[in-house]
Amino acid sequence: MSTDTLATAPPTPGRRRRYSQLSKSDKVWLSLMVGIPTVLHVVFVWLPALATIVLSFAEWDGIKLGTWQLVGFRNYWTIFTVLEDKLFPALFNNFVLLVFLSLCSAVGMLFAYLLDKGVRGTAIYQSVFYMPVVLSLAVVGFIWKSVMFSQAQGLFNLGRDKPIDFVGNAEKIFTIHLPFLDNPVGLSKNFAALLIAMAWRHIGYVMVLYLAGLKSVDSSLREAASIDGCNEWQSFRRVVFPVMKPINVVVLVITVIEALRAFDIIVALKQPVGTSVMGVLVKNNLVGEGGGHVGVGSAYGVVLLLLCLGFIVWYLVNHYRENEL
Amino acid sequence: MSGQLTIVQTKPGYSKGLRVLLYAFLTTMAVMWLVPIGGAIYSSFRPYQETQTKGIFSWPDSLSFSNYRDAFTQGNMGKTFFNTAFIVVPSIVLILLMSSVMAFAVSRFSFRFNVALLLLFTAGNLLPAQVLFQPLFQFFKWMPWPNFLSDTDTGSLLGTKIAVIIVHVAFQTGFCTFVLSNYMKTIPKELNEAALVDGASVPRTFFQIILPLCRPALAALATLEFTWLYNDFFWAVVLLNKGDERPITSSIANLGGAFFTNDNLVAAASMIVAMPTLIVYLILQKQFISGLTLGASKG
Repeated sequence: MSTDTLATAPPTPGRRRRYSQLSKSDKVWLSLMVGIPTVLHVVFVWLPALATIVLSFAEWDGIKLGTWQLVGFRNYWTIFTVLEDKLFPALFNNFVLLVFLSLCSAVGMLFAYLLDKGVRGTAIYQSVFYMPVVLSLAVVGFIWKSVMFSQAQGLFNLGRDKPIDFVGNAEKIFTIHLPFLDNPVGLSKNFAALLIAMAWRHIGYVMVLYLAGLKSVDSSLREAASIDGCNEWQSFRRVVFPVMKPINVVVLVITVIEALRAFDIIVALKQPVGTSVMGVLVKNNLVGEGGGHVGVGSAYGVVLLLLCLGFIVWYLVNHYRENEL
Repeated sequence: MSGQLTIVQTKPGYSKGLRVLLYAFLTTMAVMWLVPIGGAIYSSFRPYQETQTKGIFSWPDSLSFSNYRDAFTQGNMGKTFFNTAFIVVPSIVLILLMSSVMAFAVSRFSFRFNVALLLLFTAGNLLPAQVLFQPLFQFFKWMPWPNFLSDTDTGSLLGTKIAVIIVHVAFQTGFCTFVLSNYMKTIPKELNEAALVDGASVPRTFFQIILPLCRPALAALATLEFTWLYNDFFWAVVLLNKGDERPITSSIANLGGAFFTNDNLVAAASMIVAMPTLIVYLILQKQFISGLTLGASKG
């Protein structure tokens, strides 16, 4: 590309360089730069997601290619009727997790707000609260199982005559009778115990995001609010919180996706009875003992996918409307 | 309104009593936060019989590394650490390469499908892994792969670390492209134009001008991806079926049996597994936090 062609090109201030002004080899390079990652991502992420949708309408043992056949909505009928005692408790657990993690997000926001008050040693507090986030949920599960929940020595069993089996106890704390189900769904004691372990990790994550968000809030906004006579809660509720909208959206997405994706801690602890979630149901129907139900497993997967997609679409619309590219 | 007043009002000052309350609350919380890790470290150095009878809150009769030694050998952790390195290092390099070229192309040049591509990448990264895994499993199973290029004898990609690397790269490129393209948009585009005017080719502009400017973002993403991939549990469990082929995080879940009856051994194993990420976190805390907030602050 010579300077002449650039000089004669109409000046388009604020516009990005047009693709057509590039040399041939540059165009080839750019196509490769876009093409290779895109193909990789589409082939190994989006095509499998679509294939799962197709497989959810099929019956297949997953062993021999070509033995699968389409069966229409039969797998969905199966999971919503015959297997309702598997599907709905898992969905309910995911729902409880979502509500619980949302509360944890609020706590994380509170921590961030307090640390942003010019507390001395903010960095130390921040490191402490954030530390669990770098651990895998599997390791979090093991640490809590051996140190906090252990029947023999767990700190939660400290001073109890009859130690509680936190990980094994599938007794329900409360149950809800849904009109379309024969058996009630509810929160089991061991799932509640796992929730506490997950909170330990989630709160620090959210706190760090909000700390960054709070730092970016223009201090003159708070000044204005306090001059106008807002008390602390009003200035947070009406000024700081709305200004942090981008962070709020990210935290919401993280919370929802984490709640729907939950898997590691439950499988690492050998899937105690009563702690089933959607991710575990999908996996159990596909591999390992009881696996080989590709159609049913995929149907569970599609239910999970639809729940996620709702939020993903909402998030993307939100993000790209405000940050037009 | 005087200027002095506004300066005083920047951070609402609390009365002394409230300040004490604030510190008391935060310190209590911080101590509570440290209890699980502190307890795990403490009990991991003590024999199980001792903590079982005296409880974890007790003066130690003996401290030793024997739990660590046992966990390390029983868990075959030398091998599984190597497996982790074999998966994590190439994955991070490939992820950063893929996502930076992609981000460069979509953020610095205008294509017709720019927005659509970014949407695709961002959304793809949010899909739950369980939904993708069956078709991928089948694909790897039917994909012939010479045994001499892998450490399994199945003749297919299934069960090889390469399969895990491919999935990680495809999946994580979504997130990193999103972050890097946001980052690159903050670099003035006059830089590109100047380079093009001076006759630099597209790859040269990328490698010599844009990429060096992205160093902070790349460092932040590398630290973040290191913990995510190191901590990966799902893909290793479903794609690698033999226990000692698995990376460290998923292999401890596989120990079962005798391992599970000794809580202090579990604690020691957990600490061994946690150590690399904790060390990286303590050293590179800044990168971590900026990696997370880079992804978040731009939406």
